[in-house]
Amino acid sequence: MSESIRFNRVSVAFSNQGKTFTAVDKVTLAVNKGEFFGIIGPSGAGKSTLVRTVNLLQRPTSGNVYIDGQDVTSYKGRELSALRLRIGMIFQHFNLVRNSTVADNVAFALLASGTQKAKIRPRVLELLKLTGLSDKADLYPAALSGGQKQRVAIARALANNPEILLCDEATSALDPENTADVIAALRDIKAQYPLTVLFITHQEQVARSLFDRIAVMERGRIVEQGTAYEIFAHPQSKAAQDLIARSHGTEIPKEVAASLQDLLVITFREEHAYDALIAETSRKFGTDLSIIAGRIDYIQGKPLGTLVVSLGGLDPKKRVQVLAFIAERAWIQPYKKEEFDV
Amino acid sequence: MFNETLVILQRELWKAFAQTFVMMGISFVLSLILGLALGFVLYLTETPAFYPKKSLNAVAAAIVNFIRSIPFIILVVFTLPFTFWLVGTKIGPIAASVPMTISATVFLARLVESSLKETDPGVIEAALASGARPWLIIRKVLLVEAAPSIARAVTVVFINLIGASAMAGMVGGGGIGNLAVQYGYYRYETGVMLFTIVVLVIVVQLSQYLGDKVAKHLSH
Repeated sequence: MSESIRFNRVSVAFSNQGKTFTAVDKVTLAVNKGEFFGIIGPSGAGKSTLVRTVNLLQRPTSGNVYIDGQDVTSYKGRELSALRLRIGMIFQHFNLVRNSTVADNVAFALLASGTQKAKIRPRVLELLKLTGLSDKADLYPAALSGGQKQRVAIARALANNPEILLCDEATSALDPENTADVIAALRDIKAQYPLTVLFITHQEQVARSLFDRIAVMERGRIVEQGTAYEIFAHPQSKAAQDLIARSHGTEIPKEVAASLQDLLVITFREEHAYDALIAETSRKFGTDLSIIAGRIDYIQGKPLGTLVVSLGGLDPKKRVQVLAFIAERAWIQPYKKEEFDV
Repeated sequence: MFNETLVILQRELWKAFAQTFVMMGISFVLSLILGLALGFVLYLTETPAFYPKKSLNAVAAAIVNFIRSIPFIILVVFTLPFTFWLVGTKIGPIAASVPMTISATVFLARLVESSLKETDPGVIEAALASGARPWLIIRKVLLVEAAPSIARAVTVVFINLIGASAMAGMVGGGGIGNLAVQYGYYRYETGVMLFTIVVLVIVVQLSQYLGDKVAKHLSH
Protein backbone atom coordinates (compact mmCIF):
# COMPACT_ATOMS: atom_id res chain seq x y z
CA MET A 1 0.00 0.00 0.00
CA SER A 2 1.44 3.38 -0.88
CA GLU A 3 1.64 6.33 1.42
CA SER A 4 -0.62 9.32 1.06
CA ILE A 5 0.66 11.51 3.88
CA ARG A 6 3.93 11.21 5.75
CA PHE A 7 5.06 13.33 8.67
CA ASN A 8 8.79 13.16 9.15
CA ARG A 9 9.94 14.44 12.54
CA VAL A 10 7.46 17.29 12.36
CA SER A 11 7.63 19.81 15.18
CA VAL A 12 5.59 22.94 15.70
CA ALA A 13 6.59 25.38 18.39
CA PHE A 14 4.86 28.60 19.35
CA SER A 15 6.65 31.32 21.18
CA ASN A 16 4.73 33.75 23.29
CA GLN A 17 6.38 36.48 25.36
CA GLY A 18 9.73 34.73 25.28
CA LYS A 19 8.31 31.35 26.29
CA THR A 20 8.35 28.52 23.79
CA PHE A 21 5.56 25.98 23.73
CA THR A 22 6.04 22.86 21.66
CA ALA A 23 2.61 21.84 20.39
CA VAL A 24 3.87 19.07 18.12
CA ASP A 25 7.05 17.28 19.06
CA LYS A 26 8.99 15.35 16.37
CA VAL A 27 6.03 13.41 15.05
CA THR A 28 6.74 10.71 12.48
CA LEU A 29 3.66 9.09 11.07
CA ALA A 30 2.45 7.63 7.79
CA VAL A 31 -1.11 7.52 6.48
CA ASN A 32 -1.77 5.06 3.67
CA LYS A 33 -3.79 5.76 0.55
CA GLY A 34 -7.48 5.09 0.93
CA GLU A 35 -7.29 4.77 4.68
CA PHE A 36 -9.63 6.24 7.26
CA PHE A 37 -6.98 7.30 9.72
CA GLY A 38 -7.80 8.78 13.11
CA ILE A 39 -5.67 10.75 15.50
CA ILE A 40 -7.16 10.71 18.96
CA GLY A 41 -6.06 12.19 22.23
CA PRO A 42 -7.10 14.63 24.90
CA SER A 43 -7.69 18.26 23.94
CA GLY A 44 -4.47 20.24 23.88
CA ALA A 45 -2.46 17.23 22.70
CA GLY A 46 -1.47 18.99 19.46
CA LYS A 47 -3.73 17.00 17.12
CA SER A 48 -5.19 20.00 15.32
CA THR A 49 -1.82 21.65 14.97
CA LEU A 50 -0.43 18.48 13.44
CA VAL A 51 -3.23 18.03 10.91
CA ARG A 52 -2.97 21.67 9.88
CA THR A 53 0.59 21.09 8.75
CA VAL A 54 -0.71 18.79 5.99
CA ASN A 55 -2.08 21.71 3.95
CA LEU A 56 0.33 24.16 5.57
CA LEU A 57 -2.31 26.22 7.34
CA GLN A 58 0.35 25.71 9.98
CA ARG A 59 3.98 25.60 8.87
CA PRO A 60 6.15 23.14 10.78
CA THR A 61 8.96 24.69 12.80
CA SER A 62 11.09 21.74 11.77
CA GLY A 63 10.62 18.43 9.97
CA ASN A 64 8.95 17.65 6.67
CA VAL A 65 5.51 16.80 5.39
CA TYR A 66 5.21 14.57 2.33
CA ILE A 67 2.11 14.21 0.18
CA ASP A 68 2.29 11.34 -2.28
CA GLY A 69 6.01 11.11 -1.67
CA GLN A 70 6.55 14.78 -2.48
CA ASP A 71 8.05 17.07 0.15
CA VAL A 72 5.57 19.95 0.31
CA THR A 73 6.91 21.68 3.42
CA SER A 74 8.31 24.68 1.59
CA TYR A 75 5.43 25.21 -0.89
CA LYS A 76 4.29 28.80 -1.35
CA GLY A 77 1.97 30.90 -3.51
CA ARG A 78 0.48 29.19 -6.55
CA GLU A 79 2.22 25.92 -5.83
CA LEU A 80 0.63 25.87 -2.37
CA SER A 81 -2.82 26.76 -3.76
CA ALA A 82 -2.52 23.93 -6.27
CA LEU A 83 -1.61 21.53 -3.47
CA ARG A 84 -4.59 22.67 -1.40
CA LEU A 85 -6.95 21.90 -4.29
CA ARG A 86 -5.94 18.26 -3.78
CA ILE A 87 -6.66 18.35 -0.05
CA GLY A 88 -10.19 19.03 1.24
CA MET A 89 -10.68 20.12 4.83
CA ILE A 90 -13.61 20.40 7.21
CA PHE A 91 -13.60 22.14 10.56
CA GLN A 92 -15.18 21.96 13.99
CA HIS A 93 -17.19 25.13 13.43
CA PHE A 94 -17.97 24.46 9.74
CA ASN A 95 -16.54 27.84 8.66
CA LEU A 96 -19.14 28.58 6.01
CA VAL A 97 -19.58 32.04 4.52
CA ARG A 98 -22.68 33.24 6.38
CA ASN A 99 -23.81 35.70 3.75
CA SER A 100 -23.55 33.26 0.87
CA THR A 101 -26.07 30.58 -0.04
CA VAL A 102 -25.30 26.90 0.36
CA ALA A 103 -24.74 26.67 -3.41
CA ASP A 104 -22.38 29.67 -3.41
CA ASN A 105 -20.41 28.24 -0.51
CA VAL A 106 -19.79 25.07 -2.49
CA ALA A 107 -19.24 26.99 -5.74
CA PHE A 108 -16.42 28.92 -4.04
CA ALA A 109 -14.16 25.86 -4.11
CA LEU A 110 -14.90 25.42 -7.81
CA LEU A 111 -14.01 29.06 -8.49
CA ALA A 112 -10.77 28.43 -6.61
CA SER A 113 -9.87 25.67 -9.06
CA GLY A 114 -10.77 27.82 -12.07
CA THR A 115 -13.76 25.69 -13.11
CA GLN A 116 -15.62 26.98 -16.17
CA LYS A 117 -18.65 29.10 -15.25
CA ALA A 118 -21.09 26.85 -17.09
CA LYS A 119 -19.90 23.76 -15.26
CA ILE A 120 -20.16 25.19 -11.77
CA ARG A 121 -23.90 24.98 -11.10
CA PRO A 122 -24.31 21.39 -12.32
CA ARG A 123 -21.31 20.28 -10.25
CA VAL A 124 -22.64 22.10 -7.17
CA LEU A 125 -25.99 20.33 -7.51
CA GLU A 126 -24.22 17.02 -7.95
CA LEU A 127 -22.22 17.61 -4.73
CA LEU A 128 -25.30 18.66 -2.80
CA LYS A 129 -27.07 15.53 -3.96
CA LEU A 130 -24.11 13.47 -2.76
CA THR A 131 -24.35 15.06 0.68
CA GLY A 132 -28.15 14.86 0.78
CA LEU A 133 -28.78 18.60 0.56
CA SER A 134 -30.40 18.89 -2.86
CA ASP A 135 -33.30 20.94 -1.52
CA LYS A 136 -31.08 23.37 0.42
CA ALA A 137 -29.08 24.89 -2.45
CA ASP A 138 -30.52 28.38 -2.20
CA LEU A 139 -30.80 28.62 1.57
CA TYR A 140 -28.32 30.48 3.76
CA PRO A 141 -26.28 28.60 6.40
CA ALA A 142 -28.28 30.16 9.24
CA ALA A 143 -31.31 28.12 8.14
CA LEU A 144 -29.48 24.80 8.54
CA SER A 145 -28.85 22.45 11.47
CA GLY A 146 -25.28 21.81 12.60
CA GLY A 147 -25.16 18.48 10.80
CA GLN A 148 -26.43 20.04 7.59
CA LYS A 149 -23.87 22.85 7.84
CA GLN A 150 -21.11 20.29 8.19
CA ARG A 151 -22.45 18.43 5.16
CA VAL A 152 -22.28 21.68 3.17
CA ALA A 153 -18.67 21.97 4.32
CA ILE A 154 -18.08 18.38 3.18
CA ALA A 155 -19.56 19.19 -0.24
CA ARG A 156 -17.25 22.21 -0.45
CA ALA A 157 -14.24 20.15 0.62
CA LEU A 158 -14.96 17.49 -2.00
CA ALA A 159 -15.75 19.89 -4.85
CA ASN A 160 -12.42 19.45 -6.62
CA ASN A 161 -12.20 15.68 -6.17
CA PRO A 162 -9.39 15.81 -3.61
CA GLU A 163 -7.26 12.78 -2.78
CA ILE A 164 -7.22 13.67 0.89
CA LEU A 165 -9.89 14.88 3.30
CA LEU A 166 -8.76 16.44 6.58
CA CYS A 167 -11.32 16.56 9.37
CA ASP A 168 -10.43 18.75 12.33
CA GLU A 169 -12.78 17.83 15.20
CA ALA A 170 -15.50 17.77 12.56
CA THR A 171 -18.16 16.38 14.89
CA SER A 172 -17.10 17.93 18.19
CA ALA A 173 -19.51 20.86 17.99
CA LEU A 174 -22.47 18.62 17.19
CA ASP A 175 -25.04 16.82 19.32
CA PRO A 176 -25.11 12.99 19.08
CA GLU A 177 -27.84 12.99 16.45
CA ASN A 178 -26.01 15.41 14.15
CA THR A 179 -22.74 13.59 14.82
CA ALA A 180 -24.32 10.37 13.58
CA ASP A 181 -25.63 12.29 10.57
CA VAL A 182 -22.15 13.54 9.63
CA ILE A 183 -20.53 10.16 10.29
CA ALA A 184 -23.07 8.49 8.01
CA ALA A 185 -22.34 11.06 5.29
CA LEU A 186 -18.58 10.49 5.57
CA ARG A 187 -18.95 6.71 5.52
CA ASP A 188 -21.19 6.94 2.50
CA ILE A 189 -18.74 9.14 0.61
CA LYS A 190 -15.81 6.97 1.61
CA ALA A 191 -17.60 3.97 0.12
CA GLN A 192 -18.00 5.74 -3.22
CA TYR A 193 -14.67 7.54 -3.60
CA PRO A 194 -11.05 6.50 -3.19
CA LEU A 195 -10.39 9.09 -0.52
CA THR A 196 -7.75 9.18 2.20
CA VAL A 197 -9.27 10.62 5.36
CA LEU A 198 -7.27 12.00 8.26
CA PHE A 199 -9.64 12.68 11.11
CA ILE A 200 -8.80 14.37 14.38
CA THR A 201 -11.08 13.84 17.34
CA HIS A 202 -11.19 13.57 21.10
CA GLN A 203 -14.51 11.73 20.84
CA GLU A 204 -13.90 8.04 21.41
CA GLN A 205 -17.34 7.14 19.99
CA VAL A 206 -16.42 8.65 16.63
CA ALA A 207 -13.10 6.83 16.59
CA ARG A 208 -14.83 3.55 17.34
CA SER A 209 -17.25 3.83 14.46
CA LEU A 210 -15.09 5.35 11.73
CA PHE A 211 -11.42 4.60 11.79
CA ASP A 212 -9.32 1.88 10.18
CA ARG A 213 -6.16 2.85 11.99
CA ILE A 214 -5.57 5.12 14.92
CA ALA A 215 -2.67 7.09 16.33
CA VAL A 216 -2.93 8.26 19.90
CA MET A 217 -1.43 11.64 20.63
CA GLU A 218 -0.49 13.11 23.96
CA ARG A 219 1.48 16.26 24.73
CA GLY A 220 2.63 16.69 21.16
CA ARG A 221 3.82 13.13 20.65
CA ILE A 222 2.37 10.01 19.10
CA VAL A 223 2.35 7.57 21.99
CA GLU A 224 0.70 4.61 20.29
CA GLN A 225 -0.63 3.55 16.93
CA GLY A 226 -2.35 0.53 15.48
CA THR A 227 -5.57 -0.70 13.93
CA ALA A 228 -8.72 0.65 15.53
CA TYR A 229 -9.47 -2.83 16.83
CA GLU A 230 -6.07 -3.23 18.46
CA ILE A 231 -6.25 0.15 20.11
CA PHE A 232 -9.73 -0.42 21.50
CA ALA A 233 -9.15 -4.03 22.48
CA HIS A 234 -5.81 -3.58 24.10
CA PRO A 235 -4.72 0.01 24.59
CA GLN A 236 -1.08 0.24 25.67
CA SER A 237 -0.58 3.90 26.46
CA LYS A 238 -2.12 5.62 29.40
CA ALA A 239 -3.64 8.25 27.12
CA ALA A 240 -5.45 5.59 25.10
CA GLN A 241 -6.53 3.70 28.19
CA ASP A 242 -7.96 6.83 29.75
CA LEU A 243 -9.77 7.84 26.61
CA ILE A 244 -11.25 4.41 26.08
CA ALA A 245 -11.99 3.61 29.69
CA ARG A 246 -13.86 6.85 30.13
CA SER A 247 -16.61 5.78 27.79
CA HIS A 248 -16.20 2.05 27.63
CA GLY A 249 -19.62 1.32 28.96
CA THR A 250 -17.89 -0.01 32.02
CA GLU A 251 -18.64 2.98 34.14
CA ILE A 252 -20.05 1.72 37.35
CA PRO A 253 -21.54 4.04 39.95
CA LYS A 254 -18.82 5.13 42.30
CA GLU A 255 -20.55 3.74 45.38
CA VAL A 256 -20.92 0.34 43.71
CA ALA A 257 -17.29 0.26 42.61
CA ALA A 258 -16.15 1.24 46.08
CA SER A 259 -18.12 -1.55 47.72
CA LEU A 260 -16.62 -4.28 45.51
CA GLN A 261 -13.15 -5.77 45.77
CA ASP A 262 -10.76 -6.96 43.12
CA LEU A 263 -12.52 -5.51 40.09
CA LEU A 264 -11.08 -6.51 36.72
CA VAL A 265 -11.86 -5.45 33.17
CA ILE A 266 -11.78 -8.42 30.81
CA THR A 267 -11.57 -7.67 27.10
CA PHE A 268 -12.13 -10.69 24.88
CA ARG A 269 -9.85 -11.26 21.94
CA GLU A 270 -11.72 -11.11 18.66
CA GLU A 271 -12.15 -14.83 18.07
CA HIS A 272 -13.37 -15.40 21.60
CA ALA A 273 -15.91 -12.60 21.80
CA TYR A 274 -18.84 -15.00 21.83
CA ASP A 275 -17.27 -17.62 24.12
CA ALA A 276 -19.00 -18.51 27.36
CA LEU A 277 -15.71 -17.89 29.16
CA ILE A 278 -17.17 -16.92 32.50
CA ALA A 279 -19.42 -19.97 32.66
CA GLU A 280 -16.51 -22.22 31.69
CA THR A 281 -14.32 -20.67 34.34
CA SER A 282 -16.98 -21.21 36.96
CA ARG A 283 -17.40 -24.85 36.00
CA LYS A 284 -13.70 -25.57 35.79
CA PHE A 285 -12.67 -23.95 39.06
CA GLY A 286 -15.91 -24.38 40.95
CA THR A 287 -16.00 -20.70 41.71
CA ASP A 288 -18.33 -17.82 40.95
CA LEU A 289 -17.26 -14.66 39.20
CA SER A 290 -19.71 -11.83 39.66
CA ILE A 291 -20.31 -9.87 36.48
CA ILE A 292 -20.73 -6.21 37.29
CA ALA A 293 -21.01 -4.73 33.80
CA GLY A 294 -20.48 -5.78 30.21
CA ARG A 295 -21.10 -5.13 26.54
CA ILE A 296 -20.11 -6.11 23.03
CA ASP A 297 -19.02 -3.46 20.52
CA TYR A 298 -18.44 -3.89 16.84
CA ILE A 299 -15.33 -2.16 15.51
CA GLN A 300 -14.74 -2.46 11.77
CA GLY A 301 -17.32 -5.23 11.87
CA LYS A 302 -15.41 -7.26 14.45
CA PRO A 303 -16.88 -7.98 17.85
CA LEU A 304 -15.14 -6.62 20.91
CA GLY A 305 -16.53 -7.92 24.21
CA THR A 306 -15.83 -6.26 27.52
CA LEU A 307 -16.80 -7.42 31.00
CA VAL A 308 -16.16 -6.05 34.43
CA VAL A 309 -16.01 -8.83 37.01
CA SER A 310 -15.33 -9.01 40.70
CA LEU A 311 -13.02 -11.70 42.08
CA GLY A 312 -13.50 -10.50 45.65
CA GLY A 313 -13.14 -13.29 48.19
CA LEU A 314 -11.25 -15.72 45.96
CA ASP A 315 -8.26 -17.35 47.64
CA PRO A 316 -4.95 -16.11 46.20
CA LYS A 317 -3.83 -19.44 44.76
CA LYS A 318 -7.07 -20.03 42.93
CA ARG A 319 -7.11 -16.43 41.76
CA VAL A 320 -3.81 -16.93 39.94
CA GLN A 321 -5.12 -20.06 38.21
CA VAL A 322 -8.36 -18.37 37.20
CA LEU A 323 -6.55 -15.36 35.77
CA ALA A 324 -4.13 -17.55 33.83
CA PHE A 325 -7.05 -19.43 32.31
CA ILE A 326 -8.87 -16.25 31.31
CA ALA A 327 -5.69 -14.63 29.96
CA GLU A 328 -5.49 -17.32 27.29
CA ARG A 329 -8.46 -15.80 25.58
CA ALA A 330 -8.77 -12.28 26.89
CA TRP A 331 -6.86 -9.25 28.15
CA ILE A 332 -7.16 -8.43 31.80
CA GLN A 333 -6.70 -5.02 33.30
CA PRO A 334 -7.49 -3.82 36.77
CA TYR A 335 -10.59 -1.63 36.88
CA LYS A 336 -9.40 1.86 37.58
CA LYS A 337 -11.75 3.27 40.14
CA GLU A 338 -9.95 6.56 40.40
CA GLU A 339 -10.41 7.26 36.69
CA PHE A 340 -14.03 8.02 37.27
CA ASP A 341 -13.69 10.07 40.39
CA VAL A 342 -14.26 13.27 38.49
CA MET B 1 -41.11 87.30 9.06
CA PHE B 2 -42.80 84.28 7.55
CA ASN B 3 -43.20 86.03 4.21
CA GLU B 4 -39.64 87.20 4.24
CA THR B 5 -38.47 83.64 4.84
CA LEU B 6 -40.45 82.41 1.89
CA VAL B 7 -38.99 85.09 -0.36
CA ILE B 8 -35.43 84.21 0.61
CA LEU B 9 -36.05 80.51 0.22
CA GLN B 10 -37.65 81.00 -3.18
CA ARG B 11 -34.64 82.93 -4.34
CA GLU B 12 -31.81 80.95 -2.77
CA LEU B 13 -33.02 77.45 -2.03
CA TRP B 14 -32.59 75.75 -5.40
CA LYS B 15 -29.14 77.14 -5.88
CA ALA B 16 -28.19 76.00 -2.39
CA PHE B 17 -29.60 72.56 -3.00
CA ALA B 18 -27.70 72.27 -6.26
CA GLN B 19 -24.44 73.28 -4.58
CA THR B 20 -24.92 70.81 -1.74
CA PHE B 21 -25.79 68.13 -4.23
CA VAL B 22 -22.55 68.73 -6.14
CA MET B 23 -20.42 68.75 -2.97
CA MET B 24 -22.06 65.67 -1.57
CA GLY B 25 -22.12 63.84 -4.87
CA ILE B 26 -18.45 64.32 -5.69
CA SER B 27 -17.12 63.69 -2.21
CA PHE B 28 -19.40 60.74 -1.48
CA VAL B 29 -18.64 58.85 -4.68
CA LEU B 30 -14.90 59.53 -4.51
CA SER B 31 -14.55 58.78 -0.82
CA LEU B 32 -16.55 55.61 -1.27
CA ILE B 33 -14.09 54.31 -3.84
CA LEU B 34 -10.94 55.64 -2.18
CA GLY B 35 -12.07 54.81 1.37
CA LEU B 36 -12.92 51.22 0.48
CA ALA B 37 -9.60 50.82 -1.28
CA LEU B 38 -7.63 52.37 1.58
CA GLY B 39 -9.57 50.30 4.12
CA PHE B 40 -8.63 47.13 2.26
CA VAL B 41 -5.01 48.27 2.04
CA LEU B 42 -4.93 48.82 5.81
CA TYR B 43 -6.42 45.38 6.44
CA LEU B 44 -4.60 43.34 3.80
CA THR B 45 -1.14 44.72 4.57
CA GLU B 46 -1.62 43.80 8.22
CA THR B 47 -3.00 40.27 7.80
CA PRO B 48 -0.47 37.42 7.46
CA ALA B 49 -2.79 35.39 5.21
CA PHE B 50 -2.87 38.11 2.54
CA TYR B 51 -0.19 40.69 1.78
CA PRO B 52 1.60 41.42 5.03
CA LYS B 53 3.71 44.50 4.48
CA LYS B 54 4.54 46.20 7.73
CA SER B 55 6.15 49.30 6.22
CA LEU B 56 3.27 50.06 3.85
CA ASN B 57 0.77 49.45 6.61
CA ALA B 58 2.62 51.78 8.98
CA VAL B 59 2.76 54.57 6.39
CA ALA B 60 -0.92 54.23 5.47
CA ALA B 61 -1.94 54.12 9.13
CA ALA B 62 0.18 57.19 9.93
CA ILE B 63 -1.38 59.20 7.10
CA VAL B 64 -4.88 58.18 8.14
CA ASN B 65 -4.21 59.11 11.75
CA PHE B 66 -2.66 62.43 10.74
CA ILE B 67 -5.68 63.50 8.70
CA ARG B 68 -8.12 62.14 11.26
CA SER B 69 -6.56 64.27 13.97
CA ILE B 70 -7.22 67.55 12.15
CA PRO B 71 -10.66 69.04 12.88
CA PHE B 72 -12.57 69.35 9.62
CA ILE B 73 -12.87 73.13 9.64
CA ILE B 74 -9.10 73.38 9.99
CA LEU B 75 -8.57 70.71 7.35
CA VAL B 76 -10.52 72.87 4.89
CA VAL B 77 -8.13 75.77 5.45
CA PHE B 78 -5.05 73.56 5.60
CA THR B 79 -5.83 71.94 2.25
CA LEU B 80 -6.58 75.22 0.44
CA PRO B 81 -3.27 75.32 -1.52
CA PHE B 82 -3.75 71.69 -2.53
CA THR B 83 -7.37 72.38 -3.50
CA PHE B 84 -6.30 75.35 -5.62
CA TRP B 85 -3.60 73.30 -7.31
CA LEU B 86 -6.06 70.49 -7.99
CA VAL B 87 -9.20 72.29 -9.16
CA GLY B 88 -7.97 75.81 -9.86
CA THR B 89 -10.20 77.53 -7.33
CA LYS B 90 -10.57 77.91 -3.57
CA ILE B 91 -14.27 78.65 -3.42
CA GLY B 92 -17.47 77.01 -4.59
CA PRO B 93 -18.85 73.51 -4.18
CA ILE B 94 -16.19 71.79 -6.27
CA ALA B 95 -13.40 73.26 -4.17
CA ALA B 96 -15.27 72.30 -1.01
CA SER B 97 -15.54 68.70 -2.13
CA VAL B 98 -11.74 68.29 -2.00
CA PRO B 99 -11.32 68.45 1.80
CA MET B 100 -14.65 66.67 2.19
CA THR B 101 -13.35 63.77 0.08
CA ILE B 102 -10.08 63.61 1.99
CA SER B 103 -11.76 63.61 5.37
CA ALA B 104 -14.45 61.07 4.42
CA THR B 105 -11.91 58.78 2.74
CA VAL B 106 -9.77 58.29 5.84
CA PHE B 107 -12.82 58.00 8.07
CA LEU B 108 -14.37 55.33 5.86
CA ALA B 109 -11.01 53.55 5.52
CA ARG B 110 -10.81 53.05 9.30
CA LEU B 111 -14.40 51.85 9.51
CA VAL B 112 -13.91 49.44 6.58
CA GLU B 113 -10.72 48.13 8.15
CA SER B 114 -12.52 47.34 11.39
CA SER B 115 -15.42 45.73 9.48
CA LEU B 116 -12.96 43.46 7.69
CA LYS B 117 -11.23 42.59 10.93
CA GLU B 118 -14.51 41.24 12.28
CA THR B 119 -14.59 38.51 9.63
CA ASP B 120 -14.40 35.09 11.29
CA PRO B 121 -10.76 33.96 10.84
CA GLY B 122 -12.02 30.39 10.53
CA VAL B 123 -13.94 31.29 7.38
CA ILE B 124 -10.83 32.82 5.84
CA GLU B 125 -8.87 29.74 6.85
CA ALA B 126 -11.44 27.48 5.16
CA ALA B 127 -11.16 29.60 2.02
CA LEU B 128 -7.37 29.30 2.10
CA ALA B 129 -7.67 25.54 2.62
CA SER B 130 -9.88 25.42 -0.51
CA GLY B 131 -6.85 26.51 -2.50
CA ALA B 132 -8.33 29.91 -3.35
CA ARG B 133 -5.98 32.72 -4.36
CA PRO B 134 -6.11 35.88 -2.21
CA TRP B 135 -8.01 37.94 -4.79
CA LEU B 136 -10.86 35.40 -4.89
CA ILE B 137 -11.01 35.34 -1.08
CA ILE B 138 -11.16 39.13 -1.00
CA ARG B 139 -14.08 39.23 -3.43
CA LYS B 140 -16.09 36.19 -2.40
CA VAL B 141 -15.39 35.91 1.31
CA LEU B 142 -14.14 39.15 2.84
CA LEU B 143 -16.37 41.48 0.87
CA VAL B 144 -19.42 39.25 1.29
CA GLU B 145 -18.95 38.69 5.02
CA ALA B 146 -18.15 42.31 5.78
CA ALA B 147 -20.79 43.75 3.42
CA PRO B 148 -23.50 44.49 6.04
CA SER B 149 -20.98 46.10 8.33
CA ILE B 150 -19.48 48.11 5.45
CA ALA B 151 -22.97 49.28 4.45
CA ARG B 152 -23.47 50.62 7.97
CA ALA B 153 -20.04 52.28 7.84
CA VAL B 154 -20.92 53.97 4.54
CA THR B 155 -24.15 55.26 6.11
CA VAL B 156 -22.22 56.78 9.00
CA VAL B 157 -19.76 58.42 6.62
CA PHE B 158 -22.55 59.79 4.41
CA ILE B 159 -24.30 61.39 7.37
CA ASN B 160 -20.97 62.74 8.53
CA LEU B 161 -20.50 64.25 5.06
CA ILE B 162 -23.79 66.13 5.36
CA GLY B 163 -22.39 67.82 8.46
CA ALA B 164 -19.10 68.48 6.70
CA SER B 165 -20.91 70.00 3.72
CA ALA B 166 -22.49 72.57 6.01
CA MET B 167 -19.09 73.50 7.45
CA ALA B 168 -17.45 73.59 4.03
CA GLY B 169 -20.33 75.77 2.90
CA MET B 170 -19.55 78.29 5.57
CA VAL B 171 -16.04 78.82 4.30
CA GLY B 172 -17.04 79.39 0.69
CA GLY B 173 -18.55 76.17 -0.57
CA GLY B 174 -22.13 77.40 -0.71
CA GLY B 175 -25.01 74.97 -0.23
CA ILE B 176 -27.72 74.70 2.39
CA GLY B 177 -25.28 74.95 5.27
CA ASN B 178 -24.17 78.30 3.89
CA LEU B 179 -27.78 79.37 3.53
CA ALA B 180 -28.45 78.66 7.19
CA VAL B 181 -25.39 80.58 8.33
CA GLN B 182 -25.74 83.54 5.95
CA TYR B 183 -29.39 84.16 6.63
CA GLY B 184 -30.13 82.40 9.89
CA TYR B 185 -27.04 83.67 11.73
CA TYR B 186 -25.78 86.87 10.09
CA ARG B 187 -29.21 88.26 9.15
CA TYR B 188 -31.25 86.90 12.02
CA GLU B 189 -33.61 85.02 9.67
CA THR B 190 -34.44 82.25 12.13
CA GLY B 191 -37.08 80.87 9.76
CA VAL B 192 -34.45 80.05 7.13
CA MET B 193 -32.31 78.29 9.71
CA LEU B 194 -35.23 76.28 11.03
CA PHE B 195 -36.16 75.27 7.51
CA THR B 196 -32.66 74.00 6.75
CA ILE B 197 -32.65 72.06 10.02
CA VAL B 198 -35.90 70.36 9.05
CA VAL B 199 -34.48 69.49 5.63
CA LEU B 200 -31.28 68.09 7.13
CA VAL B 201 -33.15 66.03 9.73
CA ILE B 202 -35.29 64.49 7.00
CA VAL B 203 -32.27 63.72 4.82
CA VAL B 204 -30.37 62.13 7.71
CA GLN B 205 -33.34 60.04 8.83
CA LEU B 206 -33.85 58.86 5.27
CA SER B 207 -30.17 58.01 4.79
CA GLN B 208 -30.07 56.02 8.02
CA TYR B 209 -33.24 54.18 7.07
CA LEU B 210 -31.86 53.29 3.64
CA GLY B 211 -28.47 52.30 5.06
CA ASP B 212 -30.08 49.97 7.60
CA LYS B 213 -32.26 48.49 4.87
CA VAL B 214 -29.26 47.75 2.66
CA ALA B 215 -27.27 46.29 5.57
CA LYS B 216 -30.18 44.04 6.49
CA HIS B 217 -30.54 42.91 2.91
CA LEU B 218 -26.85 41.94 2.79
CA SER B 219 -26.73 40.00 6.04
CA HIS B 220 -28.14 36.50 6.48
